[in-house]
Amino acid sequence: MIATTYYLALSAILFSIGVVGVLVRRNAIVIFMAIELMLNSANLAFVAYARQFGALDGQILVFFVMTVAAAEVAVGLALIVAIFRSKASIDVDEVNLLRG
Amino acid sequence: MTVEFVLFIALGTIAVFAALGMLLSSNAIYSALFLVVNFAVVAAFYLLLGAPFIAMVQVTVYAGAIMVLFLFVIMLLGAERLRQPTYRLRWQQPLAIVLVLALLGFAGYVVATQVTGAWPGPLENAAGYGSPAAIGQLLFQEYLFPFEATSLLLLTAMVGVVVLTAVDERRRRRRPSKRS
Repeated sequence: MIATTYYLALSAILFSIGVVGVLVRRNAIVIFMAIELMLNSANLAFVAYARQFGALDGQILVFFVMTVAAAEVAVGLALIVAIFRSKASIDVDEVNLLRG
Repeated sequence: MTVEFVLFIALGTIAVFAALGMLLSSNAIYSALFLVVNFAVVAAFYLLLGAPFIAMVQVTVYAGAIMVLFLFVIMLLGAERLRQPTYRLRWQQPLAIVLVLALLGFAGYVVATQVTGAWPGPLENAAGYGSPAAIGQLLFQEYLFPFEATSLLLLTAMVGVVVLTAVDERRRRRRPSKRS
């Protein structure tokens, strides 16, 4: 029986790696993957807490997080395809039309 | 040092290194494959935590459907790597590293000091804990309204994707030279 603390520590490490990915990488698709990593680490914490409290509600929440992640990926990748059509690049630094 | 603890350490090392590989590889295809490894390892953690159904959903939906969508778009656009990353904000990267280290330290402090309180300890799993039957019963009784709301969310996302990626045929016919 592994203590919940270890799972939460692992979840925090994975979440931090995801935050670094969003802040450092310039490829829009890799940024989306880092967001997926963060959602996944939150799911891990949910399931660990569900075991800690002996309740299944945390596992149900994981379902809803997965649904939101699927919808977000579909819309996000459609946005990336639309940006690629107009600028022929998915570098987030080149999407700077609003700056004038 | 039980077998379970050794397994946890080994799987956790694989998960962290797969996430780092996703972060550091310059080719987006390799990033996606590293992320698939990470998702599979997290599915193994779900099995250890007594959530077999969630583990299967993780493998089919996350490692299967979502990552296939990622790989499909990467190969469709031919955007494995950026032509020349510009890095307009040069101060952003060191600042990001410092801030994330601060976040990690703060999270570690909270996890180390606040978690082991007067909570119920990790319970030995009751019979049927995390089984599809138990999950389905909870999902379709107590969480029925959020469950139905997710169907609306998915429908909205689907309509949005169709609208975003639809090519305006009339405009394309008028100016055929702009893009082909």
